[in-house]
Amino acid sequence: MSDRSQLISTGEPFKFDQERDTEFERLIKRYPERESMILPALWLTQEQEGWISAEAIAYIADRIGTFASKVFECATFYTMYHLHPMGKYHICVCRTLSCWLRDKQAIVDYLRDEIGIEPGQKSEDGKFSLEEVECLGHCGTAPVVQINGEFHEEMDVEKLTALLAELN
Amino acid sequence: MEVKILSAKFDIEDGHKLEIAKQHGAYATIDKLFSMKPEEVIEEVRNSGLRGRGGAGFPAGVKWGFLPKGTGKPVYLAVNSDESEPATFKDRYILVKDPHMMIEGIIICSYAIGSHDTYIYIRGEYTSQVKALQAAIDEAYEAGYLGDKVAGHDFKLEVTVHRGAGAYVCGEETGLLESIEGKKGQPRAKPPFPAVAGLYGCPTIINNVQSIASLPFILEKGAEAYKVYGTEKSSGTHLFGISGHVEKPGMYELPLGLPLLEVVEKVAGGVWKGRKLKGVIPGGSSTPVLTPEEAKTVTLDYESMAEHKTMFGSGGIVVLDETVDMVKLVENLIYFYHHESCGQCTPCREGLGWMLKIIKKVVRGEGEISDIDLLSELCDNIEMKTVCVLSAACTMPVRSYLTKFRHEFDAYVSEGASTAEANQE
Ligand SMILES: Cc1cc2nc3c(=O)[nH]c(=O)nc-3n(C[C@H](O)[C@H](O)[C@H](O)COP(=O)(O)O)c2cc1C
Ligand code: SF4
Ligand code: FES
Repeated sequence: MSDRSQLISTGEPFKFDQERDTEFERLIKRYPERESMILPALWLTQEQEGWISAEAIAYIADRIGTFASKVFECATFYTMYHLHPMGKYHICVCRTLSCWLRDKQAIVDYLRDEIGIEPGQKSEDGKFSLEEVECLGHCGTAPVVQINGEFHEEMDVEKLTALLAELN
Repeated sequence: MEVKILSAKFDIEDGHKLEIAKQHGAYATIDKLFSMKPEEVIEEVRNSGLRGRGGAGFPAGVKWGFLPKGTGKPVYLAVNSDESEPATFKDRYILVKDPHMMIEGIIICSYAIGSHDTYIYIRGEYTSQVKALQAAIDEAYEAGYLGDKVAGHDFKLEVTVHRGAGAYVCGEETGLLESIEGKKGQPRAKPPFPAVAGLYGCPTIINNVQSIASLPFILEKGAEAYKVYGTEKSSGTHLFGISGHVEKPGMYELPLGLPLLEVVEKVAGGVWKGRKLKGVIPGGSSTPVLTPEEAKTVTLDYESMAEHKTMFGSGGIVVLDETVDMVKLVENLIYFYHHESCGQCTPCREGLGWMLKIIKKVVRGEGEISDIDLLSELCDNIEMKTVCVLSAACTMPVRSYLTKFRHEFDAYVSEGASTAEANQE
């Protein structure tokens, strides 16, 4: 089950920027019931801010016309929504079967040593966060790493070293 | 061995673009479609023997026939693009390399079932893939294949992409519907089945991406042409994903019915590093494992898999070489299913958690024989006592390892920590 940490307040009001606003209005016409916009609105928020704050939850609820608790429920049930800021580079390593068979552990160990954080943590300078995730649908090119949504396939320590050097 | 029906346009440069796809036959079936009656389309699909490619293998045409008539409610189509069963990675190729084949399939299915609204549910991790898919849909709208008048015919069709956000259980068809409705992906008790009361309480058909993408070929060439491939009860071709310990892992389109080991050898280059085979998972991590002996006689079709007491599943074949530690593999499996439990049924939420604790204890070298027995017992007590089959997707394979590789579990117990340590290396 997913992250149950409490919501963090930014102390600033939240609203969609122009681009997200337009996308919200385009999408809401596609559903017969407004609550269907909860997941898309959470995505729009995360795209805009990188994470989902207490203010954003309230804003989404208000905008859709539903309870904040319903928005919160989705924000915690679905593992991809972040309730606090991630590192500038959010690194996800697949831990499931096919990647495990092709030594995903070497990838995790290397990242842990290089960046100095455990899966689930963020580096002090805020540059990296690390997460072990479930099957990413790229099992034929295992092991797989996803950095800020971009896939890196057939990973090994050598490729990772080059990749990290690029990011640093 | 490979054939190119679904993957015919995969190697064409820019084949995902409408203009190029059209040069290679995309949307060629639309005029024929509208010259037929919806019942005729359903009949053709039923005759083709096409079975659902999402894992359960239910005949597509038969499912469509379950829709009640004259309810006065809208009918919805939900395309299942959640693709999150471990070892499954086939639908992605369709989404990215030939999205117009799927959109054409959506038009065919929608016309047949009388639906004017499709939701494509795509897993959240498919970031660039979502964009590629949306771009193709935008193109189809611009060219008039979607919208108020599909290709100039008196038929309206809206297609909306709904993005998931990291939950395997949303691949289960009613979990998927809940997610579109803006809720936690907690599956619904059945009946009622979605065909009767699905999305927003209306009649709904849920089909896998590959099932939908198989329709243009069937409509264009006819049911008989489709049945040229495969076996009597498993017709057609399938996109197989082969992963794990083979020389050439990847996605391969094959007719159904081929001998599994021959495919592993000739298509995927055999077990890697010259090692021996220890087992094969035939169709995604939830299907019971086959021993090398069983693998010798099994063919890649629904009947043969059932005869071998496993399942065809999603076509995700995983090859295990002789070095695989089956106890740790089981730990990896249980971890996954426990992590993905939606939490509403006690046997699943608590039972899988308990199984995880036990297997971890065994892996640490602290287990007892009674723990292994308890694992089997738990499998029996969890299965079929829950709202959806996610729990069985864990217990069925776990039981297969416990029976077929029992000695490995026992060794962890009898040799205690030393096995655990020896296996660390
Ligand atoms: C836990 C669970 C996960 C599932 N995940 C998927 C999936 O990722 N993709 C899929 O197409 N079907 C998945 N299914 C099967 C669907 O429930 C459903 O049978 C299928 O989408 C129907 O389409 P089809 O008849 O075309 O196969 C899953 C089922 C269960 C129980
Ligand atoms: S079996 Fe598990 S995943 Fe399925 S509904 Fe029950 S708790 Fe949820
Ligand atoms: S197991 Fe890692 S991508 Fe599927």
